[in-house]
Amino acid sequence: MMYYSRLKLASVVAVCLLGVLLCLPNAMRQPAPSVPWRQIHLGLDLRGGSYLLMQVDMNSVTADRLRTLADGTRQALLGAGQGYRDVATDAHAGTVTFTPRAPSEAEADLKALRAMPMAVANEFAVAQRPDGSIAITLSPEAMRLRASDAVTQSIEIVRRRIDATGAVDPEITRQGDDRIVVELPGISDPERVKHLLGTTAKMTFHMVQDSALGSAIPGPGISLLPMMNAPDQKLPIADHVDVDGSDLTNASAAIDQQTGEWAVDFTFDSVGARAFATTTQANVGRRFAIVLDNKVVQAPVIRSAITGGNGQISGGFDAQSATDLALLLRAGALPAPLSVIEQRSIGPSLGADSIRAGMISLGVGFALVIAFMALFYGRFGWYANVALLANLVLMVAILSLFQATLTLPGMAGMLLTLGMAVDANILINERIREEVARNRTPLAAMQAGFERATSTILDSNATALLAHIMLFAFGTGPVQNFALTIMIGIVTTLFTTLLLSRMLMVRWYARTRPTVLPV
Amino acid sequence: MFSRPLLRFVPNGTRINFMRGRFIGLATSAVLSIASVILFLHPGLTLGLDFRGGIVVEVRTQGSADFGQVRAALATQHVEAAGVQSFGAPDDVLIRLDAPPAASADHEARTQALVDSVRHAVATLPGAQVLRADAVGASVSAELFRDGMLALGISLLMILGYIWFRFEWEFAVSAVITLILDLTKAVGFLVLTHFEFDLVMVAAILTILGYSTNDKVVVYDRVRENLRKYRTMPLAELIDLSINETLSRTLGTSTTVFLAALPLALFGASLSSFAWVMLFGIVVGTSSSIFIAAPILLLLGEKRLRRDARPPR
Repeated sequence: MMYYSRLKLASVVAVCLLGVLLCLPNAMRQPAPSVPWRQIHLGLDLRGGSYLLMQVDMNSVTADRLRTLADGTRQALLGAGQGYRDVATDAHAGTVTFTPRAPSEAEADLKALRAMPMAVANEFAVAQRPDGSIAITLSPEAMRLRASDAVTQSIEIVRRRIDATGAVDPEITRQGDDRIVVELPGISDPERVKHLLGTTAKMTFHMVQDSALGSAIPGPGISLLPMMNAPDQKLPIADHVDVDGSDLTNASAAIDQQTGEWAVDFTFDSVGARAFATTTQANVGRRFAIVLDNKVVQAPVIRSAITGGNGQISGGFDAQSATDLALLLRAGALPAPLSVIEQRSIGPSLGADSIRAGMISLGVGFALVIAFMALFYGRFGWYANVALLANLVLMVAILSLFQATLTLPGMAGMLLTLGMAVDANILINERIREEVARNRTPLAAMQAGFERATSTILDSNATALLAHIMLFAFGTGPVQNFALTIMIGIVTTLFTTLLLSRMLMVRWYARTRPTVLPV
Repeated sequence: MFSRPLLRFVPNGTRINFMRGRFIGLATSAVLSIASVILFLHPGLTLGLDFRGGIVVEVRTQGSADFGQVRAALATQHVEAAGVQSFGAPDDVLIRLDAPPAASADHEARTQALVDSVRHAVATLPGAQVLRADAVGASVSAELFRDGMLALGISLLMILGYIWFRFEWEFAVSAVITLILDLTKAVGFLVLTHFEFDLVMVAAILTILGYSTNDKVVVYDRVRENLRKYRTMPLAELIDLSINETLSRTLGTSTTVFLAALPLALFGASLSSFAWVMLFGIVVGTSSSIFIAAPILLLLGEKRLRRDARPPR
């Protein structure tokens, strides 16, 4: 207790020096790219920027899959020469149901449907119901997998779209099952990004069913979709996707040579080009609809087969909307619509104000605590102050090492840690003071002080740690950052008080062998 | 200054008879807590954006803020603000909008779209600049509120469990009762000051609870030590002794935490209300260790912790 080996001494000093070294990257520029350089990142509240919390629309993931499953069901039955009635989807139950043409055909229907390709093993089950209808039910397992994939894929698409806007250091992370957090440092007005992310940009090519034109209830497998520029006007569009817009290799905004209007030129990859060629060849004279997010952009008549794999979309774009659509098509469609459910943006001047406020508070608070310890605890108070400085250095070092983010609440957490850290020294000093009052020798008093205070110090830090673990678990963003700095602070506090300041006291004792303790 | 301390809180051997005043302490605390609960019920807490949902936009105008002009600009964008008020500096304006009713299907989208309308309105004001714009949808605010309350509740339970594990149950129960009394007073303080109750305030309250617990643990630790040391001393006397022995430490640590939080309250910008709540909590937590937690421990432990001693007078 009252002896520290050279090794222990050296290790404590080494840790402190390492701490100083790890702090350096925050104060200077990286000298060479080869030097490892880890530093604290300023949070959005300190540097300015935007935070967007987005929700992936999981219902539409299910609905989309059911729509393609219903389409697949029709194709499979037609291919097997089987008839069907009343194809319906139920998004809640995750089923596609239909009634066989005749009860006797049910067996053949089941056989044809079981041969349908599945996205994953056991994706759906086909069974006949007591009422004679046949149900194709998606397994919950497969739906979960699809939903999870949808989020992963959305993150990728979101990243590509944001990168295309030239944003610096965007952070895109998943939160929970169906949410995505987008952090955009330096972008204090996220309106354009919100617009880009709020567009699904799912482009598909379908045949217009002119035969159903004018009827209020389109036939099976046909949907009435509004025109993009005239939402009141609706066109009957086949559900079947002839060409998928995801088979694009490039898209760019351009001015149409003939009309002088803005348009988007696009190029298909080989799969898309082949599908485009086959479809246009077989349907010369019919109308072909370009559908974007369930709205018809345009529906031109096919004059001849288009085999080059190039196309153009025009439909009343201006420079910005054409550029944005081209960007969206290049980045790819989102698997499901995203909606912003929380946004926070901070301008650069407020961030600068907050940094100043945080630094002033930290400086003044630190100075006040140091002055207090010096006045009330003398020499041992100064040892506590040395430990306090080491504590601050180590906190910054650990935050730098993990390249953690520092927010204004994080700075508050550091400050409160410093206020609480000296508690351990106060406990030890008060104990020593008591022991001295009981006429113990300096050595015995110090020994008793350390021994008795240790369990109290551990207890009090443990309870503080518990509260902040909860805060970290249930909090978000800045509050989590506050809890994190306090948790790191508790660890550094235990190190600096139980090892460093105690060592300073012991070494001073060993050096001077005082007869009276300065308490 | 560099060797012997210049100042002390209490001299050695201080013996203040705190337990004599235990009923006054408990009664004062009960009155304050009941008043706080009444304040909580009416007028109630001012919920912050995190928990209420809606939109808050802070704008810095050129020169002193002209609220009429701001309102007129908002009107051109068909935005009806729930509040246009000043805060901090005279050129800072706070625009506050309620979230569209959660019953409508597209309320989330409308909440988010409103921010852009406010931005467009601010853009028409010469020299005005958006400092901060936050929009929290109804689903998020409901979740944040639930999570905040869960964090508070589970922390209390964990503190109860920890003290129970480390001490006897009398200690744990009196600590948690005291913490709940502390908590109600913090809530009363929030109502009186009109500070907005949001996640940051939950953080402040949890920090206070952690700090207050810490304070109680130190006193309890000494009570436990003295229970072993003085086998026959009556519990009231023993608790008094323990409080007196730890008094210097209690005041010392409270002071350092207070000093650390003080600059944050004075210069801490957006965290200033957080820091004021901390300061209030430090005072309440320190006094409750002495005047509340100890008397409750005495009431609960009179029979059990000290079977072989005379009952206190």
